[in-house]
Amino acid sequence: MNILGIETSCDETAAAVVNSNGEILSNLVLSQLKEHQAFGGVVPEIAARAHIDHLHTLIAAALKDADIDLEDIDGIAATSGPGLIGGVMIGMIAGKALAASRNLPFIAVNHLEGHALTPRLTDDITFPYLLLLVSGGHTQLLVAEGVGQFTLLGKTLDDAAGECFDKSAKLMGLPYPGGPELQKIAMECADGAAAIERFPLPTPMKGRKEPDFSFSGLKTAVRTHVEALPAGELQRADVADLAYAFQETMADVIADRCTKAMKYFTNNYTTKEPTLVVSGGVAANKVIRARLEKLCNEKGFQSYAPPIKLCGDNAAMIAWAGLERLKKGLKDPLDFKAKPRWPLDEVKA
Amino acid sequence: MNHISNTEEDTIKIAQDLAKEIRENDVIALHGNLGMGKSVFARALIRACTDDPELDVPSPTFTLVQLYDTPKGQIAHFDLYRLEDPEEIFDIGWEDALSTGITIIEWPDRLGPYLPRERVDIHLQAGDNGNLTRKILIERVS
Repeated sequence: MNILGIETSCDETAAAVVNSNGEILSNLVLSQLKEHQAFGGVVPEIAARAHIDHLHTLIAAALKDADIDLEDIDGIAATSGPGLIGGVMIGMIAGKALAASRNLPFIAVNHLEGHALTPRLTDDITFPYLLLLVSGGHTQLLVAEGVGQFTLLGKTLDDAAGECFDKSAKLMGLPYPGGPELQKIAMECADGAAAIERFPLPTPMKGRKEPDFSFSGLKTAVRTHVEALPAGELQRADVADLAYAFQETMADVIADRCTKAMKYFTNNYTTKEPTLVVSGGVAANKVIRARLEKLCNEKGFQSYAPPIKLCGDNAAMIAWAGLERLKKGLKDPLDFKAKPRWPLDEVKA
Repeated sequence: MNHISNTEEDTIKIAQDLAKEIRENDVIALHGNLGMGKSVFARALIRACTDDPELDVPSPTFTLVQLYDTPKGQIAHFDLYRLEDPEEIFDIGWEDALSTGITIIEWPDRLGPYLPRERVDIHLQAGDNGNLTRKILIERVS
């Protein structure tokens, strides 16, 4: 079975083909093809217009890359929410049109379910598993119990973790993208313990029973510290110390929330090998990754993170989620309405 | 009108008071730097307009806009932090939002020439007594 996946819910225009052996036959993301002449050069960061200009070319390229014809496709999966409504509509309508013209099943995929099922595409992880989704747009902890079956344990009440990284980096005067730059300069910190003492930061929600997150207060505290530094250009050593303290605090908060979620998981699910899957761009941060691996060791959990390429927004995950749904007989009518707001625990099984 | 906020709770109260005066088709522009409390203010305003103190109001930085249904009409909550060119606003549902209800905008300076002339400006600035204090200036302009 071959499924074509389409993703246009935010900045990325993406198309991919995945088969039922879990093989990714093609996986194209427009922003990664910037230099490609066929796509006309610069891709704006905000891609609503890019979606409509390039999606058809990208779909054709994904089929060509996979070396198959539309005749060999068994279903069309398109992200139908949550996200920016204009973008979602473009991908979803393209998917429906293809499905209608070829008389193929259409599968309306929840973007978050795409992220949530990725570990089953890459490593055949079995249900149930604990999932931490941490990116620039999302921060949530949930239990994946089955296809279309998720229990949300906690989520951010304000900023996403990746957003907090980027904005704090900006306050520290670091270039974009802020997350990786912040990690880099934090490594220059000479004395970690002293840095933490010098720049005390709040650990929002830590200790609270529900594993929710809140990051906007942390960002404000970073601002306060930056403003208290001597006026003029920021000194590199000061920024290194503050970045170190910030990163440790993020790791503390995330590990604390995961500890709560693990406890819930252990109390409510029986599995031979409890697993924590960490997905999303923030999973690339080495300090956070190391802290979570240590936590997993202590608590008897396996830790797993999909390859970075599949942690960001992509269409292979949408094709795979579509394939998993179609295998269970779940398909959607052509009048399915796009959903700008669509929490994972409201996905139908 | 000038307000002084000493705590996040004060800021929330000021936003709740403003919500009583908000009418359909109002455009509310929230000015202020990173970490000044724009999102806190917007969240309190949206919660007051929907009459739901627990309503989930995530940061729209990534999605650019979030929509809410309220008794006063639809609220479109824009965060233009990532906008690089004012023209991009037309790709994210700007004209629909202006014509259908209340529009709340964080980082309104990103709009350049497209910032509506008739609007409520809210300026959040650092206060004089301590790190978390804020001066909040609210002004209806036309």
